[in-house]
Amino acid sequence: MNNERKAKAAKPAKLANPMREINFVRICIMPTIILLILINIVPLLSSLRYSFTEYTARKLTVPGENPEFIGNANYIDLLTDPAVWNRFATTAKYVVLSVSGEMILGFSFALLLQTKFKGRGILQTLLVLPMTMSPVIVGLMWKLFLDPNWGMFNFLLGLGRIDWASDPAINLYAIVMADIWMWTPFVMLLSLAGLSAVPQSLYEAAEVDRASGWFKFTRITLPMVSPLLMIALIFRVMEAFKVFDVPMGITGTGSTAPQLISMKLYIDTFLTWKTGYGTALGYIVLLIVIAITSIFVKYLNKAKQEG
Amino acid sequence: MAETREIKGWKHYVKIAVLLAITVIWMIPLFYIVNTSFRPWKDIKEYPPKLVYEPSIGSYIRIFTARSVLPAGVELEESEIEEMSWYEKIVLFDTNELITRVGDLPRRYINSLIISVSATILTIILGTLTAYGFSRFKVPGEGNWLFFILSTRMLPPVVVVIPIFLMYRTIGLNDSHLGIILLYTAFNVSFAVWVLKGFIDEIPREYEEAAMVDGYTRWEVFRKVVLPQSVTGIAATAVFVFIFCWNEYAFSFLLTRNTAQTVPAWLPYQTGVLGYDWGAAAAGSVLFLLPAMILTILLRKHLVRGISFGAIRK
Repeated sequence: MNNERKAKAAKPAKLANPMREINFVRICIMPTIILLILINIVPLLSSLRYSFTEYTARKLTVPGENPEFIGNANYIDLLTDPAVWNRFATTAKYVVLSVSGEMILGFSFALLLQTKFKGRGILQTLLVLPMTMSPVIVGLMWKLFLDPNWGMFNFLLGLGRIDWASDPAINLYAIVMADIWMWTPFVMLLSLAGLSAVPQSLYEAAEVDRASGWFKFTRITLPMVSPLLMIALIFRVMEAFKVFDVPMGITGTGSTAPQLISMKLYIDTFLTWKTGYGTALGYIVLLIVIAITSIFVKYLNKAKQEG
Repeated sequence: MAETREIKGWKHYVKIAVLLAITVIWMIPLFYIVNTSFRPWKDIKEYPPKLVYEPSIGSYIRIFTARSVLPAGVELEESEIEEMSWYEKIVLFDTNELITRVGDLPRRYINSLIISVSATILTIILGTLTAYGFSRFKVPGEGNWLFFILSTRMLPPVVVVIPIFLMYRTIGLNDSHLGIILLYTAFNVSFAVWVLKGFIDEIPREYEEAAMVDGYTRWEVFRKVVLPQSVTGIAATAVFVFIFCWNEYAFSFLLTRNTAQTVPAWLPYQTGVLGYDWGAAAAGSVLFLLPAMILTILLRKHLVRGISFGAIRK
């Protein structure tokens, strides 16, 4: 190693050459950017074009006829269709129910897990497992678990034969349950990280002032953990908004399936092949997701600076 | 420490008891699927579900094989059954079927492995280079680039998949390994860049500067100084990316039919000749979930860092 270094040192130093450095940065970054442009940006731009046309991807492309330019008719159709608004409302209900469940349970589990005892690590690892499973397989598992004829769920709770997956009045809740089961560990892990970062000295100072447990919780714990809770919340809202895998596993796309917006995207573009119409809806969803993402990134950068 | 021991009262033990109960409840669906996968054929559709039964690997044999029902009226002779191997006997006894060939699971499993491993390697190569570039150099508009890179990951798959489907159809990449590998790489490289940049930011620059004074080129510095120091970070990120690819459903479901289909796109659709085969689906799920679970356990120290996109540094 030493000899090698000496040999190197004999050569003229190359770091002074700024052109070389710039080229190096380009070589580092460009492949990624090119891949992202090819696989993400080009498709996005072409789907923006399709969203202003009447087009079906199932038939051959005939310029002027398929796709046929129809201006913003798709967008007007979508935004004036009560069924679409109904789907947004159902999706919102789904997001609110599952994310609030995950936040409350996840944060409570994290508070409990602060207790130090033997085997705490094992419990934590077990609780985290659902999060790293394939969502569609989680859906499938829950479909089996909730099955009215032989599933364990109704039996354990003594509920009789409730058909969770097919009854349109309740199958949204089946998906909510599976989603909560899968993603509560995510909120739990982020909360734990936040809780462990609270300086112990703050609690000691409060102890000296004889502060109540409630005071310590609302004035020390919550404010200190809230940045990470925000990250968990925004990330979960974003993911729940576009949820696709879990409902595909539990209910599929049949007529009784919950009226989620992501299911309509799939039906319009891959089952009825109204490509132009489907991509227009896709763009509406996309704008919402990008808006949420920018809030998410703002909080990520904030946490990074503080951490 | 001594102080906290003293104040351990009944509350401490109640908390532990509650946690234990929560963990047990949380594990029930998982336990149930493992339990179902070992259930003998006649017990799978029994209600109330039997908890205690004689375990059978019939479901595992069914998920690995393609079978056809013995035609009505055909009786196999004693000697013919005698000549069958043990697994053929189990299937015949359970569902009255004959094994015709090896099923689709092994091929789907191998597809999942090839695609996930290749996409992970490609993602890590691109991600490490890009993260190093962003970490060590002033890139004009860095914040915007990073936001752009991350936002590509947040796209709903169904929105991008239509034009990708059309593009792939034109260049012949539909239902191909390469097509899916490129897609997975593009969708995970953003995650890898964000997390790896955090790891590389932590490596002191002094080593690199010293090496460059010694006459190393940037490339040599990257290979001989930076890479060895970021091995842990790269390994943790790679495991994360692998799990993402392994679990991915939407793209595989929409863009593959056969040649390059992965397990998640295929497993939920296990309709055999005798209706939906829950035993086989459960057995397939267990086999499919195992690798990701083992990796999760190995990864547990880095989980928080991964799920926060590198924002939390412990």
